[in-house]
Amino acid sequence: MTVAALSPSDRLFAAETRAAPGPAQALVSAEAIGLRRHGRWLARDVSLTVHRGEILSLIGPNGAGKSTVARMLAGVVRPSTGRIERARGLSIGYVPQKLSIDPTLPLTVRGLFRLTGRLGPREITAALDRVSAAHLIDMPAQTLSGGEFQRVLLARAIARSPDLLILDEPVTGVDIGGEETLYRLIAATRDRLDCGVLLISHDLHVVMAQTDQVLCLNGHVCCSGTPTQVARSAPFRALFGQRGDGVVALYQHHHDHAHDADGAIVPLPPDRAAKQHDGGGDAG
Amino acid sequence: MGAAMLDDFFVRALLAGVGIAAIAGPIGCFVVWRRMAYMGDTMAHSALLGVALAVLAGVLPALGVFAVAAALALVLLGLQSRGDLATDTLLGLLSHASLAIGLIVVSFMSFLRIDLMGLLFGDILAVSRFDLVVIYGGGLVALALLAAVWRPLLADTVSPELARAENLPADRARLVFTLLLAGVIAVAIKLVGALLITALLIVPAATARRLARDPVVMAGLAAAIGAVAALSGLYGSLAFDTPSGPSIVAAAVVLFAVSRLIPAPRAGVVG
Repeated sequence: MTVAALSPSDRLFAAETRAAPGPAQALVSAEAIGLRRHGRWLARDVSLTVHRGEILSLIGPNGAGKSTVARMLAGVVRPSTGRIERARGLSIGYVPQKLSIDPTLPLTVRGLFRLTGRLGPREITAALDRVSAAHLIDMPAQTLSGGEFQRVLLARAIARSPDLLILDEPVTGVDIGGEETLYRLIAATRDRLDCGVLLISHDLHVVMAQTDQVLCLNGHVCCSGTPTQVARSAPFRALFGQRGDGVVALYQHHHDHAHDADGAIVPLPPDRAAKQHDGGGDAG
Repeated sequence: MGAAMLDDFFVRALLAGVGIAAIAGPIGCFVVWRRMAYMGDTMAHSALLGVALAVLAGVLPALGVFAVAAALALVLLGLQSRGDLATDTLLGLLSHASLAIGLIVVSFMSFLRIDLMGLLFGDILAVSRFDLVVIYGGGLVALALLAAVWRPLLADTVSPELARAENLPADRARLVFTLLLAGVIAVAIKLVGALLITALLIVPAATARRLARDPVVMAGLAAAIGAVAALSGLYGSLAFDTPSGPSIVAAAVVLFAVSRLIPAPRAGVVG
């Protein structure tokens, strides 16, 4: 990590971390947070901490409350219960799950980069280069394809040199080769900026290989752990060979309960309990 | 420019038109980008109630219009946060409720003779020297405020989530914008009239859209296009003895139609 490449607030943090070696600084810490809307819990009793230099993958099925948790951590919505603590002066780079720009707003990719803060032309070009999208800089943002737009949004969040990246399904609409590239970029960014990363994915069994911590969410935290580094094993190659070596890894779930069709928690039936512990065997 | 010039009602109307267009253009762009055209309409519909209450309270009519329009916007925000009725339903409800209540209040005030035609369609004779001071003084303050909240407001327009996550004061920007919108409506009513004020906000912005590739450029163009519409509309109003509001709006619509005839930069590629 080169200190010179960081923003003043990063440098401050970097100095602090160096002065006090030991556990990495907690960037954002949630304690039993939940959000209730129209009499329904969108997420409940979620506790997690993202440290500097750490990648946390938040996985779970559709409607599990992943985006809700991300929005609470990002400060977009206030949790109805629980507590969130953020490091002082924390800067966040955010890729929302959905972003549509009204066609009446003339906004180029360059304008999109400058939407939430000042960025010089060189920073913008460098960020776009990393996602091979430099040629899009003067294009109206509305004319980009889904994959292009997703790459630009990720580049925009990274260009801010944030302390914490919150990425809500950043590879949606990106093809498989591009997905690998983006995962590599996220890992490289973590190394370069020494930032924390909260990565949301709806893929239940495959996560970014560099993930330090996996949290499986279905309304509440179902289980958590670290991904299995099986990328080099033969069965993995057979299943995911085309997704590239060392970019993704499997995650084994350790559920001690199941959910009924309405999402309510029910005990695991005895025969399924064994299967669940086998983990991602049925992935693919 | 001699002070004597300002004695001429027509010169005062021209100056008022240009001043109002200069601020209505940029505000109107945000109205278009944020899809709030009906919101402007609702605020304008409450003008009658605002004027009536201002007369009762013994303050300037424009102040009453501003206060009622701003209060309406805040009520709307409160109702929206409950989320059980769609925004267009709420706006229709508030718009017609305030118009109905305004008409009832006026009917009780038999001593009050409101020039209804002037209120609804604008009155070229109505602009006083004091109004010019309000339009230009207030307009400068409004432009300065808009410039101050420009980045958070634009970010909030593109994505409220992004603006909040990346720590921009989006709620404050929204509030400032709502008050600015109420203010523009309050000062523009004399010249354009309550029924047509939304057109002054959105038609120049819609005309500028095709000519701009940047939000700031679009805002500036909308101001310029609005000024041209105000000037030509007022000359038309004088020449044909038509009400000022409809004449200005008609001129703006002609400019819009002309802008559609100019081929868009990318149009040639298609086909």
